[in-house]
Amino acid sequence: MADATAHRRTIGTLLTARRGRGKLHWTDIFTYLYLAFGILLMFGPVVWLVLSSFKTPAGLLEFPPTLLPLGQISAEVEGYDKPLPIFRATLEDGTEMELAQVRRIGIVSQMVDPANPDQTYKVPISNRTPVREFRIASENYTEPLRKFNFGGYLWNSIIVTVVATAITLLINSMAAYGLSIYEFKGRNAIMIFVIGTLMIPITVILVPVYLVVTSLDMVNSLWAVILPGAATPTGVFLLRQYMLTLPRDLIEAARMDRASEWQIYWRVVLPLALPAIAVLAIFSIMWRWNDFLWPLIVLNRSEVYTLQLGLNAFQGELDVQWHYILAMTVVTLIPVVVVFGFLQRFITTGIASSGMK
Amino acid sequence: MSPKPSKTASEQLQAIAAWPLQMFFRLLDIPLRGIQKMGGIGSMPYVFLLPNLAFFGMFVIIPLFINFGFSLTGGTNLFLQDRVYVGGEQYSFLFKCENYMVSATCQEDRFWKGIFNTAIFVLFQVTFLVIFSLITAIILNRKIRARGFFRAVFFFPVLLSPVVVALIWKWILLRDGILNAFLVSLGLDKILFFVSPEWAMFWAVFVSIWAHMGFYTLILLAGLQAIPPDLYEAAEMDGTSKERVFWRITLPLLWPNMLVVIVLALIKGVQIFDEVYVLTGGGPGTATQFIVQYIYNTGFTNQVQNFGLASASSVVLGVVLFVLTMLQLAATRRRNNG
Repeated sequence: MADATAHRRTIGTLLTARRGRGKLHWTDIFTYLYLAFGILLMFGPVVWLVLSSFKTPAGLLEFPPTLLPLGQISAEVEGYDKPLPIFRATLEDGTEMELAQVRRIGIVSQMVDPANPDQTYKVPISNRTPVREFRIASENYTEPLRKFNFGGYLWNSIIVTVVATAITLLINSMAAYGLSIYEFKGRNAIMIFVIGTLMIPITVILVPVYLVVTSLDMVNSLWAVILPGAATPTGVFLLRQYMLTLPRDLIEAARMDRASEWQIYWRVVLPLALPAIAVLAIFSIMWRWNDFLWPLIVLNRSEVYTLQLGLNAFQGELDVQWHYILAMTVVTLIPVVVVFGFLQRFITTGIASSGMK
Repeated sequence: MSPKPSKTASEQLQAIAAWPLQMFFRLLDIPLRGIQKMGGIGSMPYVFLLPNLAFFGMFVIIPLFINFGFSLTGGTNLFLQDRVYVGGEQYSFLFKCENYMVSATCQEDRFWKGIFNTAIFVLFQVTFLVIFSLITAIILNRKIRARGFFRAVFFFPVLLSPVVVALIWKWILLRDGILNAFLVSLGLDKILFFVSPEWAMFWAVFVSIWAHMGFYTLILLAGLQAIPPDLYEAAEMDGTSKERVFWRITLPLLWPNMLVVIVLALIKGVQIFDEVYVLTGGGPGTATQFIVQYIYNTGFTNQVQNFGLASASSVVLGVVLFVLTMLQLAATRRRNNG
């Protein structure tokens, strides 16, 4: 943030003044170089992805690549069925013309004047450059959704994220309520048990969880992805810490009014714990939307693929259709960016205070 | 929720959205009230804990024990009752080596290759991850303009899915990608990054640092902000040089947080799979195949699904993670106790 006295300075001193001495320490220069490089390195790849996702397949094949999505202009020429690509060609006598290419034979391109279709030219391919205009290939986005079932993947991802987050919030908040409001036998043991499960990541128990899921006949159903991760130790822990801070008088007062324990849970404690629940909801959405290894194991049929699996399967094909992949990567990225844009402060303070993600 | 004479549109909308939720909780009140009548308030904490603990039991605790069982059996059947007890055979198979330092001399060389690759990956990834997170946190902690914006710049990749991260970078690193275009424009040759084992490992490390750095930066930044400013003021009054301030004040006071970050990064690093699997597919050859991918390949993708071997190797991974987690607990305790 700017110093309190900054508004009294001129632009020139403002740019160079640090620490009130008007002298630029090498660390100041390093700071701004680092930040500038940081923007390029962190944002650059994503910007490049988005720009590329609007290019046509031909545009993507170009080397060196162009920065903006450009498409070659083509024109209908009398006597030809298909629209022909337009080039700017330099003829033997040195004149430049915009010509349409009929066909290419080796290093010679057979061209025709669109305005005068009877006149044909033979031009070496080194003497012609494509004429291009700024064109956004929106079909990269619409076609996979129609032709390749990416709509289905998107839908599966949404279902998994929403249902799993709902279940997580419900059972985690119930457990947190039980652990924070009551004094009962075995409470500490259960707390240690919960923290203990934190130490057992899915990578360690892939095979036996697969066995459990198979026994429940859930392989290749979305439940196989939703249920195993629904009870999160981090969620229980986070909510319990928050609920411990709530005033006990409220609960006692509600009991006086003959509210049942369940009513106290959902009418008194849940609304008060909303900030912590919101943080957990954000985490859960993030975990579920981005989940990869476990879905990869239990979802083997493309009808039940989530977006992440769909993308992975698509990029693993022999003939990689990058124009579709790039566009679908952007689609996968959008919800995360939107959530982050609105809730940045929530997320960063949530992570900084709990040390988890 | 209290009825007012006039509601705004958004309040009405909220009421409509909340209605099914309210009905859900209300309906559940009927049986739960009954349980409370029968068992008394004393039984209620168990009722509240039951669903969550049932999930834990079913998908974490029982599997953990089954895992040991699996690792002591052979055959290709999934269900335990159909499997053959082989004792420690899977483990001795995994650990049968002429020379533990050379993975090619091992019976199961892919396992050892995975372990070596993971060790190399973790060594470089954690080292540079911590260094860059520290530098970034220190810079973000300075008096800079638009700090919130810059914090977001470094943080946002943390939220991206591993598949998205991998595809973003794959697109840059392809033979005709923008990085090679840059190299060519400098007069250099194109580099086939995914054909050279060294480059593939380099980019595996690089991309995973790119993706996760923001998370660790945030923890370190919180640690930096907790250092009392009067220490710096006192140092400035004494005319202490910036370098000295860093080594004598910042680093010692940040050290507990650094420890937490290092151990957390180790725990995550050992389990590396997603990004690299999509980025390189473990290749070229097995150059970037890590231990989790070995487990995945052995148990789930090979023609013969060798669940016993996959379990045995995941038990080995579990032991490593357990040791690291104990370190983490020790580090956290040290941080909290100051």
